[in-house]
Formats: sequence, C-alpha cells, structure tokens
Amino acid sequence: MSATLSAPARRGDEDGTPDASRSGRKPRAPREKLMSRTAAMIVMVVSCFYFLLPVWWLFVSSTKSREQFGSTNGFLLADFNLFQNIGDLFAYNDGIYLRWMLNSVLYAGAGALIGTLISAMAGYALAKYRFPGRELVFNVVLGGVLVPATALALPLFLIFSQVGATNTFWSVFLPSLVNPFGVYLARIYASASVPDELLEASRLDGSGEVRTFFTIARKLMTPALVTIFLFQFVAIWNNFFLPLIMLRDESLFPVTLGLYTWNSQVNQIPEIRTYVIIGAFVSIIPLVIAFLSLQRFWQSGLGSGSVK
Amino acid sequence: MTAPSIATAAPARGTSPIAKKPRLRVPHARSVLIFLLPFGVLFALFYLLPIGYAVYQSLLVVERDGTFGPPVEVFGGLTQYIAVFQNEAFWSSVGRVLAFGIVQVPVMLGVALVLALLLDSPLVKGKKFFRLAYFVPYAVPGVIAAIMWGYLYSPNLSPFSALTSEVSFLSPDFVLWSIANVVTWVYVGYNMLIIYSSLLSIPGEIYEAAKLDGASQLQIALRIKIPLVVPAITLTAIFSIIGTLQLLAEPQVFRSFTSSVSSTFTPNMAVYATSAVPNVNLAAAMSVVLALATFAMSFAFLKFTQRKAEK
Repeated sequence: MSATLSAPARRGDEDGTPDASRSGRKPRAPREKLMSRTAAMIVMVVSCFYFLLPVWWLFVSSTKSREQFGSTNGFLLADFNLFQNIGDLFAYNDGIYLRWMLNSVLYAGAGALIGTLISAMAGYALAKYRFPGRELVFNVVLGGVLVPATALALPLFLIFSQVGATNTFWSVFLPSLVNPFGVYLARIYASASVPDELLEASRLDGSGEVRTFFTIARKLMTPALVTIFLFQFVAIWNNFFLPLIMLRDESLFPVTLGLYTWNSQVNQIPEIRTYVIIGAFVSIIPLVIAFLSLQRFWQSGLGSGSVK
Repeated sequence: MTAPSIATAAPARGTSPIAKKPRLRVPHARSVLIFLLPFGVLFALFYLLPIGYAVYQSLLVVERDGTFGPPVEVFGGLTQYIAVFQNEAFWSSVGRVLAFGIVQVPVMLGVALVLALLLDSPLVKGKKFFRLAYFVPYAVPGVIAAIMWGYLYSPNLSPFSALTSEVSFLSPDFVLWSIANVVTWVYVGYNMLIIYSSLLSIPGEIYEAAKLDGASQLQIALRIKIPLVVPAITLTAIFSIIGTLQLLAEPQVFRSFTSSVSSTFTPNMAVYATSAVPNVNLAAAMSVVLALATFAMSFAFLKFTQRKAEK
C-alpha cells in the first residue's frame, strides 16, 4: 500500500518543482505557516485556560481560610491553609468525609475490577468461540449499551425494595458491575488482538480454555482491560442517581452524594461551605492520579471502540 | 479450530436437511458457559429484570375502596401512559433537554473535533501537555463540576464577580445554558480523545501523498481526516445523546444555588420527583418512555449516519 501510494506522488513533486505556479508560492509559505501556527497555538492556550482555570480556582479556594475565601481574589493564593483545612474536613462530623471516600473507593474500585473481569470473559467468549445464539446474545448486550443506566435506577429501587435490600451496600454495588459497553469493547479487542493460532497452540499444549484465557488472552487484552476498568471506575465514581434513590443512611454514601447533601445544607449551616469546597478538591485527586499514571494504557485502548 | 467450528455453524443457521449426523456438539461448550455466565446472570438480574419490572409497574394503577379503604394495585392497561402524555411538567422537561441537546451536543463535538485535529496537526507544540490538560475535567464527577461552577457563576462569591454581578448566569432564562457549559466543560476532553485516537490510527502514508500533491493542512483535515473519523464522531454523538436525555446530577446540584431549576427540570428529575410523591407507577411509566425515546433516538441516529456513509 505505502509503496504504490507514495511512489507516484514523489514523482509528481519532482515534476512540479520547476513549475512556475509552485515556485511562486514558495516564498509566501513560511509566513503563512507562522500565521497558522500562531493561530493554532492561541486556540490551544485559550482552551487550556478554559479547562484548567476552574480546577485552579478550586485548588486555590481549598488553601484559604474561611475569611479569606470571600475576601481575596479567587485565582491568587493567600495564606496557605490547605493542610489545616484538610485536617478540619477529615475531623468534621466524626470523619464522615473519609467514610464517603472509602465507600467511593470500594464501590468504584472493587466494582470496576470485578466488572472488567466479567465483561472481558463475556467479550472474549463472544469473539473467540462459535456457538448457536452468539449473535443474538451480542445484539442484546449491544441494545443494553443504548439503554440509559438512569432509566434503570427507579425499577432497580423497586426490585430491591421488594426483597427489602434498599439502603444497603449491595443495592449500589451489584448493579454497577454490569457494563455492556465493556463487553462490546472486549469483544472487538479480543477478535483483533488474540490470534486463533495461539489458542490452538495452547490447546495442543494441553491448556484448558479457562486457563488459556487467564494466562494468554488476558495479557494480550491488557490495554483494552485497563480502558474498560478506568471508564467503569469513572462511571461508578460519578454515579449519582442510583445512590441518590437507593441510600438513606449517610454512612453508605459515596463521596458525590455526600458532597451533594452538604452543598444543599449550605444555606442552613454556612460554615459547611468550606468543607464542600475542600471536599470537592480532595475527591478529584484520586481520579486525576489514576488517569495520569495509567495513561499509556487507556490512550491506546480508547480508540478501539470506534473501530468497526 | 476451523474444522469443528464450521460444522457447528451449520445447525445454528437452521435445522435443515444437512443435519444428518446425530447431534453436533458445540466445541468447548462448558468453557463458553463459564465465560458467559457471570455477566449473563448479572445482566439478566440488573438490566433485563428492571426493564421488565418497570414495564409491569407502569401497567398498574392504585385504587382504593372508598375514600379510606386500603390502596390496592390493579391492572390499569395504558392508564399511566396516558397520564404521562398528559403530564405537562414531564413534556416541558423533555422539551428542555431536547433544546439543550440540539445546541450543546454539536457545540461540544465541534470543539472536540477542532481540538483533536489541531492536536493531530504539525502546527501545535506541547501536544502531550495539552492532551492531558483538556482531559482533566473528565476526572471531575458531574456533581463536583456543578458545585464548582455553581460558585463560579454566583453573583458575589465568583472570582469573575465583575461579570457575574452583571450577567445573571443562574436566572431562569439562562440557567439551562449555564448547565450546558458545565457538561461541555466536563466532556469535551473525553470526546476529543476518542476522535484523536481515531485520527492516530490513520496510516501516515495517506497524508504524505496528499501533502506532496500540494494539499494544505486545512484541506487534509477537511477532505481526508474528517471523513475517516466519522465512526468515532458517531460514537461520541450517540453517547452524548444518551447523556443529554439522562441529565440529572448537574441541574439537581444547581437547585441549591438557584430557584430557577424546578424539581422537574429534566425528565430524570421528573421521574425522581414523581417517585418521591410517591406515585411509583407513573414514575415507572416515565422511565419506560424515557428509555424507549433514548433507545429510539440513538438507534435512529446510528442508522441515519450508516446510510449516509453508504451513499
């Protein structure tokens, strides 16, 4: 492909150099290039401010004392009280904030880990084995991608209340495990990256199918698995409707729901505002770290969803 | 591998006369079952069952024997659906998210596409930094983003108070677009990355050829890159449509900053408010209508773009 495409093109260029119209354009090119370079960089830098300024504001605000929050410029640091503020936040109301963070880590961390594993297994089976009803199963799962998760929140609440299990850890945890898009991604990635010959070879070596998946296929699918894990982690971490509708007990709240309830009490308890701001800042740190440290995985895996 | 799998493909298509042999076994049937079962069970319990249960609940009505009799749920046919269609608050919430989607989704995807193309062009330096910087808001949950922007919009606490004391971002006329800004802020980077990684997968030779033919960067972007990343844009568009109809966290948070957001501001908020009344059956009918509408819209969009691509 590359040889056939580039060879005639290169020839065309050689023919074109002495051409009057081309040589005439040449001196203008650098200035044009400089202009479009500058314009491009301006767009990039302005967008950068748009995306990062609110986060900077949040950081700056969480370093300020209560008095300085209202009285100083929101983008400039004043006295650096960050650690004292965090200490106050963790101590407030018997450390309920830490409890919320821990809950979120459990819901999202364990949920995404187990969810990724079962999505990967299902996607792998749909990619690598032929069995009757395979397409039907896949299409049902694909339909599941298009059903909004929030439309399920209310019926899930009704079902859990039938068995008396609302307001429990499991009522939020179990539904979060199901990730049809993860199965879709895993299937696409498995059929592209796990060669049949390799599976055949491991079969000849006497390895069982399940063992082959966990030893060989899992390794080959790693970029996709990290991608599925991260995005399911984010989806559970961000989930709001399901915990809102399921949970009454404050000690089961994920951090998003906890901060939401605090924020709606600001008018009655004004001093809570500081905790909302610092709590918001602290709550985004784990996700930012997770994304930055795992970026080489998810950036390569992200594109695979749109490849047909 | 190939030989037994072809043999099993035949009975799957139909039990036609070819199936003379006693009974063809699916190879590795047990392993396939082990792989599929965990997801299958959970999917059935927490996806299919709730859908079925919502439909069932939506067909019931609550009746009482006289004014003080105990409430009894009886089959009511489509009564709840008629109530949904007559529910003005629900339909104005649907209208609101549709207006939101028609403006916000193209703006967000347009910005994401432009940024992805710029990142992919040789015009920009420091790509790695920009890519990460744009993606940072995606790590901020919708609730937290709404809290942050709620303060940034507020007339007296905002660092932009010179602007926010003049323009009321939280007024009834404006609050929908203030929310649109929050959603755009969170998701542009995510959508940009999906489009960008699709751009990266285009083989470089294609550009080489075009460049040597004298195509400018703009022409390459318009004629080569954009058509090749249409599948990625379609994917992001479908997710954005689904997300728009589901809008809940951001407006719900804004209720503590302004009274311009009613308790039935979006369809999901209407579901929540109705179930809290409690009118569970009506809320279930709303959920079903909303799920069907979402499904239909994203499916129609998918088919529409597929047909366009075939032309």
